[in-house]
Amino acid sequence: MNRLAVELPGLSLKNPIMPASGCFGFGREYAQFYDLSVLGAIMIKATTKEPRFGNSTPRVAETPSGMLNAIGLQNPGLDKVLAEELPWLEQFDVPIIANIAGSTMEEYVEVAETISKAPNVHALELNISCPNVKKGGIAFGTVPEVAAELTRLVKEVSVVPVYVKLSPNVTDIVAMAKAIEQAGADGLTMINTLVGMRIDVKTGRPILANGTGGLSGPAVKPIAIRMIYEVSQAVSIPIIGMGGVQTAEDVLEFFYAGASAVAVGTANFIDPFVCPTIINELPVLLDELGIRHISECTGRSWKTGAHAVHCRS
Amino acid sequence: MIGRERMTVVSQRMIAERTYELTLSGQLVAQMNEPGQFVHIKVAEAADPLLRRPLSLCQIDHKQGQCIIIYRQEGKGTALLTQKQPGDRVDVLGPLGHGFPLDAAPAGGRALLVGGGIGVPPLYELAKQLANRGVNVVSVLGFATKAAVFYEAEFAAFGETYIATDDGSYGMAGRVTDVIEQQGLSFDVLYACGPKPMLKALAERFRGRPVYLSLEERMGCGVGACFACVCHVPGSETAYKKVCSDGPVFRAGEVVL
Repeated sequence: MNRLAVELPGLSLKNPIMPASGCFGFGREYAQFYDLSVLGAIMIKATTKEPRFGNSTPRVAETPSGMLNAIGLQNPGLDKVLAEELPWLEQFDVPIIANIAGSTMEEYVEVAETISKAPNVHALELNISCPNVKKGGIAFGTVPEVAAELTRLVKEVSVVPVYVKLSPNVTDIVAMAKAIEQAGADGLTMINTLVGMRIDVKTGRPILANGTGGLSGPAVKPIAIRMIYEVSQAVSIPIIGMGGVQTAEDVLEFFYAGASAVAVGTANFIDPFVCPTIINELPVLLDELGIRHISECTGRSWKTGAHAVHCRS
Repeated sequence: MIGRERMTVVSQRMIAERTYELTLSGQLVAQMNEPGQFVHIKVAEAADPLLRRPLSLCQIDHKQGQCIIIYRQEGKGTALLTQKQPGDRVDVLGPLGHGFPLDAAPAGGRALLVGGGIGVPPLYELAKQLANRGVNVVSVLGFATKAAVFYEAEFAAFGETYIATDDGSYGMAGRVTDVIEQQGLSFDVLYACGPKPMLKALAERFRGRPVYLSLEERMGCGVGACFACVCHVPGSETAYKKVCSDGPVFRAGEVVL
């Protein structure tokens, strides 16, 4: 028995660990460090219809145990992703989750329809939570009715399951999650970054050229855990959790909160080997805790009696 | 090959105002060859500060298995780095990026090395390797003030060396570009590292000549994945180069400064 294997809509994962979108490019950089086939899946960088340069630099600023970024969805555009990046990724035995973004609903739909047909794309991740672009992105992720409408339109055209990436920058994330579930989403991924800002003490001006940026890293982990804890109890579709994951212990915490798989983001920047390291450490941790299979852990923090049933020690 | 290693601190000393020379040993040195490449250093085991610090290689010593990094204490991360003692371990990722092209300098030709402030260190390994190839090295090094000057004698060992300070407290008063004009310095190839205004001035003054510039930008990953350190390519709105993995050294005109 592969005690790390996880089955999710469209995804048969050999393990529940995947690099998060925007933190792994299209895999080329990290392929020089290890065989990408060890990964459960790869969430590729957000793809839009046309190439995008993104925001001016500086695009990153460090914060206590975190970082702000304002990249602005830089990507080579749909045609190039289809012609170059996805075919290159076919050499690896790993399902791709294609993160898609757009400025209009029509753009989302067009990208979704086309990219969902690529042979190694097993699921879509609908990016309605990027805080760093003026049009689109988070504009679709803060009003439940709008998010639901977009989800419905993308579901109609996609030939693979659709996961929707939730923004934490909302008043009621449960209402958002429920609206998206009702619109037909196959799963949720959460959380995207939290909007933040840093100001240079010498100049008195924001450090990021964009002014604001998205906060990620260990600093946001407690917020991600809380939101997954709340949302997983309110919906029945699976959640891929993310937000400050650095270790196998973090992964388990996300499962306990209610996640069924976990994405690693910012930690890749600090340790390029972090994903394979976590994958190797997970079975050891499961042994220590007397857990037979990782999936037993999903929602343990709120499921009544779960701990007594599954924990040998 | 890029590797990650907990390298050992051999020594650390202050060589100028807020400027430190850190000597590290480890297997990773065997992978280091190109002057102008950098290493990405995690200054603390803890999550704060979170990101690595990109610092350029100043000296590579394959025989001793050591490398030297010179950095200026600017913020919290570099302040922590100054605390490292001989025997301490430092988490190093590298070598990263593409350095100065040595082949651009013809043997017997003349290479002009222009450094500004904390942009000076990578030029030292460059001067050493060029001199070994029989290239005549001339160095022009600019600093803010006398207290910031370092490595004058070290550069002088490889050829003519001019020092300029912004406030005139040491060497010649003024900017490196002034020194080049005043001394009528000619070259077959120019290599530079320093603040962007200096690089811009050199690129404009010597447009069309073989000029190679090492850029600095705020970085995330250091390996090309995060898209933090991109710059525009002339004539295109969407084309880009990444300072960390396509650079940090570019030929003048290759990217928009």
